Amino acid sequence: MKKFTAVLLTASLVVASASMAMAAETEMETEPTLTVEEKSEGVMTHDEYVAAAVDDEVTIETYVQAKQSWWEDKATLYTQDQEGAYFIYNLPCSEEDYEKLEVGTKIRVTGYKAEFNGEIEIDGEGATFEILDGEFIAEPLDATELLGTDELIDHQNEFVTFKGMTVEAKEDAEGNEVAFLYKDGSGQDGDDLYFDASVNGETYTFTVESYLCDNTTDVYNAVKELKVGDVIDMEGFLYWYEGVNPHITSVTAAE
Amino acid sequence: MSRLFMKNSDVSPNRKSVVRYENFGDKVITKSMAERTRNMMARAEEALIKAGKVTYRTKKASARAARLLALVFSLLFSLTGCHGKREQRTFEIPETFDEAGKYEITFWAKNDTNKTQTGIYKKAISDFEKLYPNITVNLRLYTDYGKIYNDVITNIATDTTPNVCITYPDHIATYLTGQDSVVPLDDLFADEKYGLGGGELKFDSPAQDEIIPKFLEECAFGGSHYAIPYMRSTEACYVNKDFVEKLGYTLPEMLTWDFVWEVSEAAMEKNADGTFKLNGQNVLIPFIYKSTDNMMIQMLRQKGAGYSTDDGEIQIFNDTTKELLETIAKHVKTGAFSTFKIGGYPANFLNAGQCIFAIDSTAGATWMGTHAPLIDISEDKLVEFETAVMEIPQFDPEHPQMISQGPSVCVFNKADKQEVLASWLFAQYLLTNDVQIAYSQTEGYVPVTSKAQESEEYQDYLQREGEDNVTYYDVKLKAAKLLLSHTEDTFVTPVFNGSASLRDAAGQLIETTTKSVRRKATADDAFFKKLYTDTASLYHLDQGSAQMDPDAVVTGAEALGPLPLTSKLLLAALAAAWVLIAGYLFLTGLRRKNRK
Repeated sequence: MKKFTAVLLTASLVVASASMAMAAETEMETEPTLTVEEKSEGVMTHDEYVAAAVDDEVTIETYVQAKQSWWEDKATLYTQDQEGAYFIYNLPCSEEDYEKLEVGTKIRVTGYKAEFNGEIEIDGEGATFEILDGEFIAEPLDATELLGTDELIDHQNEFVTFKGMTVEAKEDAEGNEVAFLYKDGSGQDGDDLYFDASVNGETYTFTVESYLCDNTTDVYNAVKELKVGDVIDMEGFLYWYEGVNPHITSVTAAE
Repeated sequence: MSRLFMKNSDVSPNRKSVVRYENFGDKVITKSMAERTRNMMARAEEALIKAGKVTYRTKKASARAARLLALVFSLLFSLTGCHGKREQRTFEIPETFDEAGKYEITFWAKNDTNKTQTGIYKKAISDFEKLYPNITVNLRLYTDYGKIYNDVITNIATDTTPNVCITYPDHIATYLTGQDSVVPLDDLFADEKYGLGGGELKFDSPAQDEIIPKFLEECAFGGSHYAIPYMRSTEACYVNKDFVEKLGYTLPEMLTWDFVWEVSEAAMEKNADGTFKLNGQNVLIPFIYKSTDNMMIQMLRQKGAGYSTDDGEIQIFNDTTKELLETIAKHVKTGAFSTFKIGGYPANFLNAGQCIFAIDSTAGATWMGTHAPLIDISEDKLVEFETAVMEIPQFDPEHPQMISQGPSVCVFNKADKQEVLASWLFAQYLLTNDVQIAYSQTEGYVPVTSKAQESEEYQDYLQREGEDNVTYYDVKLKAAKLLLSHTEDTFVTPVFNGSASLRDAAGQLIETTTKSVRRKATADDAFFKKLYTDTASLYHLDQGSAQMDPDAVVTGAEALGPLPLTSKLLLAALAAAWVLIAGYLFLTGLRRKNRK
């Protein structure tokens, strides 16, 4: 009897372990699928937001992914939900509320859709927002292969990554080859940094936006250390200005 | 290459940083903020916040400090203004410049996000230092006049102003509220040794009468010159001539507002698929204005309507302004007009075939046209067209009027007179032909001296229009020639403490009207009444103006709201001090009486 019980227990353990392993595997397979939250009444889906015309009033629920700046009670935010991203410019926001806006914080924003040289955004003038319960931090989308494709704009303002890019030379005011420029070469330390990197034979321009990442940040200083030919991975936001203009928040040596 | 991706862009695409040539104050402010320069001062303050400060709290404190300082200066200015001419710490010109001593001076300069301009500043400094080896000039670059303004205000408080600074007269009016901050230059102009054309100078300086009188006058107020002009520009209307002709019109010799509105409306016709007939695209904004403060100021001037008096009486909230705004609103509603702050840079729309009339500074000419040396859009979006460079539209084309703008240079006072003299020498060096001609060629600027304008080198430059699309880019040279031929038709707005705010308000009236109409608001009497009230309050223009509609504008006290606690404490402290003084005098008097 004791032997039978032992065998039974062992068998149960084996079956249970196998079931757990299968369950875990199933879970791992399904994990990448994001659960899209149902929107509150009167709140637009991302598709509806995209479809709205410029100057239409829009209401969205989204999550703060980065804070670019705050002054005179106005905040500029990179936000994203499970469906897509929303750039919010000059949102009326007290200092107290701004401090509450951690990465991942859920907010509901009502304002007017606007476009500035290709960048789709919510114009803060006349906009309101409230902080809601909930948290979502976006994983970066690998947009390396989307570079140069018409599909890229579908991910405007999203948190993305570019991998295995090679730093290319730019020309400074004296005609020297350099890995980066302050602005177009007319600027100085503390200004936005611009650098070129290539993949698949095409070269693209990237920006360290100095309000988002000033000259005390790791990314700003990492770019200052770049050498032409370095192979790097980057993360940042897919900002737009007459074409894509990624605002880079992280630069590391390619894995 | 994808139409969506601008490869290898050499220009800064961020609206904050693309402060290329924007108007501040009476002239060139910006985007950005960059930032964008949609709200210049705000962006400028943000920049101040950012300057070397790490923590958020520090940033905020700095911005508030700057605003507080500006307010304090304004108050001081208004108080001292009651007592006539302000007493200046007299700067006495040293008998001889001390060439044995070492002098390190700072120069805060503005460039238009143009590396050639940066290069010219650096070369000027290098050349100057060779002439005066005992003077070292440290350059600090800005792309936004608003940022310079804020930084100067902050540094006046700590007596750490730069020595030489690119600036605008509107700003100097505020700087002057800091006691003895800016050096009056009249005595320096006239000094035989070191003045304009002085005998002891190591460079070929222009004489005072070789500075274009109109430009020099712009640097004088309160009875003294507080700056020297550095470069001058005006605004131009960059026109897609092909589009105008395609619509069946011929460009007149001088644009009128009626013509521009009519052509813009004619361009709004669409195809069945929603695209515009004119360009076959989904986007067309026939008329875009970059600097709406200039737009309002110039329209009012051309109409002979009120803006402000020389001594700062606010006149802008008048019936003519309302009529102008109603016209603008009408064309916003049809989609025929928009502004930079709302949609983006006029040059980008013009170059993409999405605009007919783009009004911007002549100092932005290198961005205008199919073959412009500086382009912000991808090659596949560029369209081929002929760019006409014309005067801004006029109400009375027989008597054209347009704004004069462009940077000036002021010298800040210091305890060491030799240091001030060294600063003046450098400031004056910026007027030499080498610097004037080189810098003016970077954009549609014109040199501010007849010495440079009439030089063989500059005349040769003007004659070579269109030889290439870089140095001799035809649009740029046409823009410069436009100002050269209309120098006497230019004007500036009165400079007083607060004139910068009035300028902002002028632009805000157009921006708010435009944005509101786009958002389906009705621009009726109630709208304009509220607009006047809100704008006057926002820019503190409702205090002491005699010309504002009393029905439309609340009183200053109402607009400002209750006094903040700090103000109440300050007033209480002042009251207490007076009580103590009175008490002391009373007791002293009593003692004297008792002694007797």
